[in-house]
Amino acid sequence: MREFDYQRASDVAGAVALLGADPDTRFLGGGTNLVDLMKSGVERPARLVDIRELPLDEIEPTPDGGLRIGATVTNGDLAAHPEIRRRYPALAQAVLAGASGQLRNMATVGGNLLQRTRCGYFTDVTKPCNKRVPGSGCPAIEGEHHNHAILGASGHCVAVHPSDMAVALAAFDAVVHFHAADGPGQSPLADFYLPVGDTPHRETALPPGALITHVTLPPAPVAARSRYRKVRERASYAFAIGSLAAALDVRDGVVQDARLAFGAVASRPWRAGAAERVLIGAPADAGTYAAAADAELAAARPLPHNGYKVELIRNLVVAVLSELAEEAAR
Amino acid sequence: MRKKQLMTSSTSSVITLKINGEKHTLPVDHRTTLLDALRERLDLTGTKKGCDQGQCGACTVLLDGRRAVACLQLAVAAENREITTIEGVADGDRLHPVQQAFLDLDGFQCGYCTPGQICSAIGVIEEHAAGWPSAATSDVRPEAGPPPLSAEEIRERMSGNLCRCGAYVSIVEAVARAAGVQADERRGEDVPAGKGAAA
Ligand SMILES: Cc1cc2nc3c(=O)[nH]c(=O)nc-3n(C[C@H](O)[C@H](O)[C@H](O)COP(=O)(O)OP(=O)(O)OC[C@H]3O[C@@H](n4cnc5c(N)ncnc54)[C@H](O)[C@@H]3O)c2cc1C
Ligand code: SF4
Ligand code: FES
Ligand code: FES
Repeated sequence: MREFDYQRASDVAGAVALLGADPDTRFLGGGTNLVDLMKSGVERPARLVDIRELPLDEIEPTPDGGLRIGATVTNGDLAAHPEIRRRYPALAQAVLAGASGQLRNMATVGGNLLQRTRCGYFTDVTKPCNKRVPGSGCPAIEGEHHNHAILGASGHCVAVHPSDMAVALAAFDAVVHFHAADGPGQSPLADFYLPVGDTPHRETALPPGALITHVTLPPAPVAARSRYRKVRERASYAFAIGSLAAALDVRDGVVQDARLAFGAVASRPWRAGAAERVLIGAPADAGTYAAAADAELAAARPLPHNGYKVELIRNLVVAVLSELAEEAAR
Repeated sequence: MRKKQLMTSSTSSVITLKINGEKHTLPVDHRTTLLDALRERLDLTGTKKGCDQGQCGACTVLLDGRRAVACLQLAVAAENREITTIEGVADGDRLHPVQQAFLDLDGFQCGYCTPGQICSAIGVIEEHAAGWPSAATSDVRPEAGPPPLSAEEIRERMSGNLCRCGAYVSIVEAVARAAGVQADERRGEDVPAGKGAAA
């Protein structure tokens, strides 16, 4: 590991000023991804600015009736918060489905959003990888890609974003707020992760040197009946090979409102807008759910070894929406 | 900025860690993890190193009362935190109830993962008592109330602690015992076989 300087920030403006425009400096949240990547040599910062003591660890109501989640709220506290569990249960479930109890107690909301892909070539500095070394190639396309993207990928990178939390946030129209050198700014989560194109090393719309300060969730009554379901290769403590955050409002057998986002299928949490358009106003039955999934998955471009994800996501959509509709009818 | 924070441009600092109620001041290279500081610098070798990548839980300690993996925690960033290691969980000569339950129920074989399992279980019991749901909780809404600490809940909550000896069955029993819970869900589970020389 490269030697590094360490500083501790106690206010937001100070943290941003400390980081400055230095491309060799990183903010340290829980460190559960950054320290890991420093050990493997993927990240080689010359300086860390520790933000864990910033006053950004609260979950508060917003004037419009939504919630504001501070960037240093731990994943553990987020999933335990009564208002999250009551109003956005799929978000609590998504967080609880990720990592382990120990890691969730360390991991922060900001760090979770910015965690890097688990693509095995990305984390192995002896291998080429366009995301890590632009222009070096993407061995995953011809190589090991059973857990890579089926949607939104490019010939330059087919990696998936590993976060569970971000999938539920995407379903509920979360907005990422940050503080850059020239002041505060924001980006809807839907636009926060950039299209892959030929720049897979450019991952988010966060300006250079900016600190994520908080995430807001707008009020969403539909979210009260929501669910996160994650499929993985063992029962617990593993990254998703496919996941779904879904919310459904059914009245008189007709879908009034629906939210769907897929995880582990793309370089970002995949909000399924085409599926939602099929659902809203349609009869709440398995035929509709399957048609909605198909509408979204029509854009899927699976690789030789990850085609299973198309059917996996389709099955998840039908199963979870059926359950939510059944609960609504009770 | 914090006044007494080290505003040098150096790559090492003199830090003070509060471990098991005692203050330790030591110079560290910033690259030092809390795990290496404990084991290599402070001779607190109860905390174990398995994967060094956050994947096995052998290095679990309590930070401000919450379980965390020491291998991904930088020592310098652990200043200002209350650190509790396996050496600090007993009350003098009286074992912590989780330690006692692991002994009574053979919650280990080789013992390598055990300090991490015990620290993790202490955290699990606290989190559960505070009403935290888990991925095994069918209804996470606060109205549904806290889930009973069933075997399924314990397995999920303890899933960040791997045991190469596969002592899981007795670990679950020990956690349930320590939590004062009737592990009535254990029906249908295999009777633990051959618990080696642990006891
Ligand atoms: C064994 C293991 C299993 C895991 N399993 C899962 C899983 O199943 N699902 C899942 O979703 N995740 C999983 N994770 C990933 C885990 O959720 C992330 O590592 C964690 O959320 C990152 O948060 P952090 O605060 O530790 O980030 P850090 O490691 O501190 O930071 C990550 C990145 O974000 C930057 N950063 C942090 N905070 C800010 C901020 N406020 N503003 C700007 N930049 C910032 C850092 O500079 C760094 O580049 C797993 C991790 C491990 C080690
Ligand atoms: S998929 Fe992306 S991250 Fe993986 S090797 Fe290819 S370029 Fe790198
Ligand atoms: S040594 Fe820390 S989790 Fe394995
Ligand atoms: S008792 Fe041997 S690793 Fe768990």
